[in-house]
This record gives sequence, structure tokens and C-alpha cells, in this order.
Amino acid sequence: MEEFNHLYEMLSQVQGYVYPNEVDLQWGLLIVQYPYLTGLVAGAFITASLERVFNVKALKVTYELSLLTALAFLLVATMPLISHLGHPERFYEIMITPHLTSAMAIFGFVYLWYLMVVLLLEIWFDYRRDMVLWAREAKGLKKWLYKILTLGVNDISPKTVMWDNKIGYFITVVGIPSAFLLHGYVGFIFGSVKANPWWSSVLMPVIFLFSAMVSGIALIMLVYMVVSYVRKKKPDMLALDTIAKFLFYVIILDFTLEGLDQIHRIYEAEESFEIISMLVSGKLYITLIVVQVFLGTIIPLVILGIFQFYKPKDSIRRVLYLIVSLLILVGIFFMRWNVVIGGQLFSKSFYGFTGYKTLIVGSEGLLMATVWVIVPFSILAFLLWLLPPWKKLSSKELTEAES
Amino acid sequence: MGTKRVKNSRRDFLKKTAIVGGGAIAASILNPFDAVLIASEDPGDKSKVWWAYVIDIDKCIGCGRCANACKNENDVPKEPFFFRTWVEQYTINNNHEVHVESPNGGIDGFDQSLDKSDVFKSFFVPKMCNHCHKSPCVQVCPVGATYDTPDGVVLVDDDYCIGCRYCVQACPYGCRYIHPEKKVADKCTLCYHRISKGKTTACIEVCPTGARMIGDLNDDKGPLVKFLKKHNCLVLKPHLNTGSKLFYNSLNAEVR
Repeated sequence: MEEFNHLYEMLSQVQGYVYPNEVDLQWGLLIVQYPYLTGLVAGAFITASLERVFNVKALKVTYELSLLTALAFLLVATMPLISHLGHPERFYEIMITPHLTSAMAIFGFVYLWYLMVVLLLEIWFDYRRDMVLWAREAKGLKKWLYKILTLGVNDISPKTVMWDNKIGYFITVVGIPSAFLLHGYVGFIFGSVKANPWWSSVLMPVIFLFSAMVSGIALIMLVYMVVSYVRKKKPDMLALDTIAKFLFYVIILDFTLEGLDQIHRIYEAEESFEIISMLVSGKLYITLIVVQVFLGTIIPLVILGIFQFYKPKDSIRRVLYLIVSLLILVGIFFMRWNVVIGGQLFSKSFYGFTGYKTLIVGSEGLLMATVWVIVPFSILAFLLWLLPPWKKLSSKELTEAES
Repeated sequence: MGTKRVKNSRRDFLKKTAIVGGGAIAASILNPFDAVLIASEDPGDKSKVWWAYVIDIDKCIGCGRCANACKNENDVPKEPFFFRTWVEQYTINNNHEVHVESPNGGIDGFDQSLDKSDVFKSFFVPKMCNHCHKSPCVQVCPVGATYDTPDGVVLVDDDYCIGCRYCVQACPYGCRYIHPEKKVADKCTLCYHRISKGKTTACIEVCPTGARMIGDLNDDKGPLVKFLKKHNCLVLKPHLNTGSKLFYNSLNAEVR
């Protein structure tokens, strides 16, 4: 009986009519996290590729940091998904017997492609030379770690290193569509559910993609500032300004697309329009209008917009960049919330609403969700300890060192 | 001026009648259920059984015995959040506002919460899995644990379902839930353990008014096809093109 207490509580919160099976909201906080974490990965990778492929030199300082951040979050991205399953021990079935008409079935493969072919390879080629050098200098465990990570490829002649660079560049080029695929695909998982008018939109994958870029770029901005602070170094303002400039443009695109989606809904005003407008002005008012749109989009847009014309002094910009990146990260989190939770608050009968209350404990609870936020940052800290981008030698330094 | 307007409206009326009538005649040339099974594909082997279900709203008295019998027959948890079938009471008041209720799925019966003088119309709608021919739940299952049987029933393999709940999201009719003990998706099986032995479903067995009927869509002379021939049956949410095989007689447009 006790296990149903929260359901009885939800039943008392039902407004209007929901199908009896709808009182229990199926996808909770962890499924909000899943597109959020995946989005951060895709966005962080795009930030890295800005330097590598699009030759934005100012972002050289954040290139490796972006890749390592993407890896740290990607390693965790599937965990909320698996831990919310009714039978987590059967998760591998999705890989060995995928049902190919399901939008969800391919995720495992898209994920593995991205992890193994794109991120790990790119990082390996980027760090191989350094790992060979570090293996020579380091002692104890670290020395062995580097030796293992080089996979025995110890040739660091200029010709081989040039090939490392060439292959790395090629992988980044492949990586960009892969990042688009990774997150556009996550959007499709929701966008293709025709039973749910709040999700079912052809724009959903595109919106997911651009919001992923917004959140990923904001994350790199934040991580770069925090890492610089921890290392007691001043962050490179040119890099921050450049990130801010891209962030500004991508937010405009993202906001435009989301606006278009909503305007389209309002103008077409289909059967579901009444219930959705009640949802937006009622249950989602705080998380959508206040947090996502006002705090998470408009304020950052105004601040970053002003910076395109007028740049206050560095210390003020740094503080504001910190605030902007945090606001965006919170805003995009609630964008995922509004999609995932919002789409389940109204009944598919369009006659009423159920409620949602985040539980503290349990596999879907707040504590579990907190774990999946702390773990990627811990992995990132480990990666930065093992593969510090700031200890990599530039080609020039290397030539000097060799001679 | 007045006469002209009357004439025009009469002409419009005749035109519309001709269109509707012509359409109906055209539709009747098709197989009787092809017209209701929106854009359906061929039901496979015509010589074999293809299960479908009919609910006659005119006959349902909202006693809720079907929902209760289903829970007993199929070990559905007794709590009011898990139903393989349930009954909804629709009441439309004089201001054309729609009130829907289904306390405990209708198992304990219904009270009319509106004042009698305010009721424009009231009726009961039993709900259950539509055993769609092109079911979104089968489409989205990432491991293929939800599947169509060759005789047209949508089932879930308990030993295979990973409990991702995508099917629950994909069902437009709210017919699925996650079984709180088994942690897998659960839904109406059309009492497959009974119908495959020549018996009828638990819900049909207990219905005191014969509002529910199961039958073979491939059997042109069977009672189900005959019923579809004689009555104007509709499916729920036809615009979603799920190929629903649950047909309702006297279905109001308000029902969703």
C-alpha cells in the first residue's frame, strides 16, 4: 500500500479528467537529465570543432577542454536512461535485438559510434604525442597509464605527428554530423510520438540540436572559467569573448526555432490547443515562461547582445559571463523539463492534468539525479588530471624540445 | 430576400446530402470494415482469424463489472492507477461543457455529479486496448517485446520487456501501464489465454447488456462483421491512423 502513497497523492491533484493509467507519470527527472546530458556532449563537441574545423584560432585554449568535457558527460549520458528502466539488467537487449522501427532502438549504436569512433579516437590522436612524452617523464601509476593509453604507438617523428593531426582533423569533420545526429536523434525520440501533441513536431530534432549547442557552449564557458580559477590563472578574455559571440548567435537561432514552433501551434490551434495553452499558462508557467524563456534566454540574450557593441572591463565581463552561462545551463535544463515532464502533465484525452512530484530517494529520485550530475564533473576532474590540456606542448615548443 | 435565402439553404442541403449519400454508397462497395479501418493494410491471411472488438455505447449502463472482471481474471493490481479496461462517464451539460469521470475505472459504479436539470446528455464509454493494426506501441518498442500476433492481437512479452515505458507514451488511448510488481508494460491481451481456447473474454462474459462483442474481421458472415454492416461504427482518434480494431457504435465526437 505504501508504495502507492505518492500515486494517491497525485490522484488527489488531478484536475479535470485523465485516463486512469495516466495518473502515474512515466518519465521523470532522470529522463529530463538524459537529453540534457546528451545535449551538453553534442554542444561541447561543436565548440571543439569550431577551433579545429572552422579555424577559430581564439578557441585554441578551450579545444581539448571541450573534448574532455564532452567525453566526461558522454560516459554518463546513458546512466539516467538505464537506471530508470523497469529492468535495468535487460538493457543490453536494446543492443543485441534492436527493434528497428523504434526511434529508441538505434540510440545505443548512435551512442557507441559517437563514443568510440568520434570522441575517443579524436582525443587519442590529439594526445598521443603528448602521452608518449609524458610516459617518459612521469613516475609510478601515471607512467603506466600513459604507456597503456598510447597503445604502444610511440613514434613521435614529425611525419607521424602530422598524420595524427590529419586523421584528427578528418575525425572532427566526421564528428560534426555525428554530433548533429546524436542530438537531433534524441529530439526525434520525442518528436515522433504522434500520440503527444506537445512532442509531436517536425522541428523537435532541430530545436533539440540548437538548444544542445547553446547548453554545450555555455558549459564550456563555465568549465573554462572554473578551471582557470582553480589553476589560479586568468581566463583568456579573447577566448571568452569569442565563445560569447557564438553563444549569442546560437541562442538567437534556438530562440527563433522554438518561437516558430510555438507560433505555429498557436496559429494552427488544433484539437490540443486549449489544453496546451492551459498547460503553458498554468503548470508550466514558472518553468517555461519564467525560467526557460525569461531567465534562461532573454536575459542572456540581452547581456550577450550588449557585449557585441559595448564591452565593459574584463572583471565585469567575467562575472557576467559566469552568470550568463549558469542562467543558460539552468534554462536549458528546464527546457528539457518542459518537454519531458510538460508533455506528460496533460491527459491524452485533452480533458485534464495530472501532477508530478520529484521523489527524493529511489531510482527515479533527486538523489539519483544528483549523482549523475556529480559523476561527470568528477570524471572531468580525473581527465584533466590525466590529460591536462595546459601541459600539452605546442608544435613550436616540441621542435625546440627535440632539437 | 427571405425566400431566396431559404431556397439557397435548401439547395445547399440537397447538395450536401448528395455528397454524403454518394460517399456512403461508394464506401459500401468496399468491404464493410475497410471503410472504418482507415487506410488499413491487408489483414494477412483472409482464411484465418483476425480479431476485432465492438463496443455498443447505446447498451452500456456503466455497471463497471467488465473492469472488475478484467482485474480478477488478469491479476491487474487493484489500485485505481492500473487498468486494462475501464469505463468513462461522459456528461454534456446544457452549456455544452463536457465532464468526464471514471472513479476507480467505474468498478464501483457511477453517481451523476451534475444536477439532472443541467444534463444535456450522458453516456458511458468503456475503454481498452484498441489492438491497432498499425499500433504505435509496437512501432516504438526498442526491443520488440510488444508485438502483433498473426491473429491481430497486440501482446507484451513479460520476459523481454525492459520497462522503458516508450510504449506507454506512444499509446494515444492511455491503455498501457507499468505493472508495479513485474516492472514491465501491461495491457489488455483480449484474454488471449481464453480466446485461443474458444472461450470469450472476461469482460464480455460479465457484461449484463451485451454491450461488448469480440469477433473475426475475416469472417464476412460472422456476428462482428454483420454488426459493422448494420451500424455506424467509428474508431477513436481516427486522424492518428493507428488502424484501430476497436469499433464503437454511437460514438460521440466528444469522446477522446
